[in-house]
Amino acid sequence: METILCLVHVETDGTLAKASLEAVNSAATLAKSLPGSAFAVGLIGELVQAAANAIATCGAAKFYAVSGADFASPRYATDAAAAEAICRAANATLIIASGGSRWARVGAGVAQRLKGRADTHVTAISVENGAPRISRWYYRQRIETILSRAQRPWLILTDPGSAAAWSGATGTATVESVKVAITDANRRTTVTGIRAPAADAQTIRPEAEVLFVAGAGWTKKQANGQPRLKEAETLILDFLKQSRASLGSSKSLVDISGEGQAVLSFLTHLNQIGQTGSTPRHAKGLATCCHGEEPHSVGWRFINERRAINLDANCGWARGKADILYVADAFAVMAKVNALLATR
Amino acid sequence: MSNGYHIVVCGSIVPDPLQTLEPVSSPTGPALKNEVMLPAVLDPWAGHALYEAANLAAKQPGGKVWLVTLGPKAKLQQVLMTVAQKVPFELVALDGSSGGFTDAFETAAQLAAAIQAIPGLDRNRLLVFGGWESASRGAGATLQAVGEILGLTDQFQGVDQLTVEADGSFTILERIEGGKHQVSKCAGAPALLGWATGNLPEPRNNPQVGMANMRTAMPALQRAKPVKVGAEGVTFASVTLPKQQRNTQIIKDRSEDEIAREIVEWITGKH
Repeated sequence: METILCLVHVETDGTLAKASLEAVNSAATLAKSLPGSAFAVGLIGELVQAAANAIATCGAAKFYAVSGADFASPRYATDAAAAEAICRAANATLIIASGGSRWARVGAGVAQRLKGRADTHVTAISVENGAPRISRWYYRQRIETILSRAQRPWLILTDPGSAAAWSGATGTATVESVKVAITDANRRTTVTGIRAPAADAQTIRPEAEVLFVAGAGWTKKQANGQPRLKEAETLILDFLKQSRASLGSSKSLVDISGEGQAVLSFLTHLNQIGQTGSTPRHAKGLATCCHGEEPHSVGWRFINERRAINLDANCGWARGKADILYVADAFAVMAKVNALLATR
Repeated sequence: MSNGYHIVVCGSIVPDPLQTLEPVSSPTGPALKNEVMLPAVLDPWAGHALYEAANLAAKQPGGKVWLVTLGPKAKLQQVLMTVAQKVPFELVALDGSSGGFTDAFETAAQLAAAIQAIPGLDRNRLLVFGGWESASRGAGATLQAVGEILGLTDQFQGVDQLTVEADGSFTILERIEGGKHQVSKCAGAPALLGWATGNLPEPRNNPQVGMANMRTAMPALQRAKPVKVGAEGVTFASVTLPKQQRNTQIIKDRSEDEIAREIVEWITGKH
């Protein structure tokens, strides 16, 4: 019989993030699919009761928590100690958590501590012949697998956005406090803050409906024989401002900016998608001036509706991968798109 | 006595990203078709970790970098011909599979044992570096497990910047959601950092560095210990290339005005 534990961390405002609720939903669904299994939730944070109450009706029979000021911030030493203690208290065999940055930092370490195993970037959890199995990608989203494991405990980190968020009635959860002894050795690291671009300069928006992918073509010589970098910057930033889209960039474009050339000044490696970047999840994706075959185009593997603008009708980025390819000049089209958006 | 850091970089090799990858079944589990023939490169994020390590070590008298790597010996030699010209390091090689379908925890056990066996490694000055994820397994699990085996509980993942302060403490920037960085202060070594891109460009090839590295790297390769790394306990039900091929509608004869209008209607949910 499996004992399923969903680990969630509580935000500083006492709530659970959407990614945490997705993990709750995945764990609750798994518990229903495994008859006879036990289901518990483990919470970590400074104050946990309100968050526990928010998911009181998720189906968990038990709620464990490690709380206190030491557990407010994402820090390996304390998060790992707390997670280990809850997993042991629950005798968990299957541990589900969100693959966001906090659990991604400690998940495998906790599994090692428990002499178990961890799988990350899991995109689906299913049950076959009474046994859980997961879907995940290898080689940077180029090969998809479904696998199961004999080892327990098995810690499964689900990719944010890959499951629906749990929703249901609030209630009053009875939370069992799990004690963790924290020493100065666990406090060698202190989280001092978050560094983020100014709100109007932030181009990465995970919750955005649309991903705008800027390809290297924006920086190339145009019909007049000259690059039009300033115009490209203005067009892209105007579009992002008006559409509230998130900005992704092909690797080549980020590399160019990384080499100190004056191209698209707002791009950083954080914008990079694809082979050595992220594979964000958005409902729609608009790729402009992108080129390259499969290895480069994995950046929009998880984009549902895809359109592209490119002067090359045979563009490998778009053919077979986009729903619609507009063969057109992206400079001209995006200028008109911006003008239309401005009237709305 | 010097105070430079002892920086151990864990990094393996992966198929050149531009190669076509096709999964096949092998007696030991899933593998890549013609895997031994595929050109290999140093894992990109491990490469960034190596360059950051060399940069840091160069600033500290007595600093030293080890590259601990696990892969087929012949492939390692091929990749080292390039990597060894980049920055100074001492190689510790393990001869085994670097395939993505192997288990991160089995790999971690071998890497940790190799690190523990490095003569003269000073734990109080130890920094373990690596890529936060590989371009093969892409799990971000190996380094954490290595750190746990070595007893390192100051761990950071998705690191883009490490600054050594005057008092020896570290200021570390880790990638978090939404294009932001979490800023942490760490008391100092020992610590483990899984690097993202960092801030350094790839160093130019330096033949002198290459010659110096290869003097120790070739013997290290020759004595590379064979290790067994697999995926015990894992059953792959399917290993496939994505089949989804979209039926792309190619629109060539529409005016820019029409295209713009269609795109706006689409992104605003009216198309």
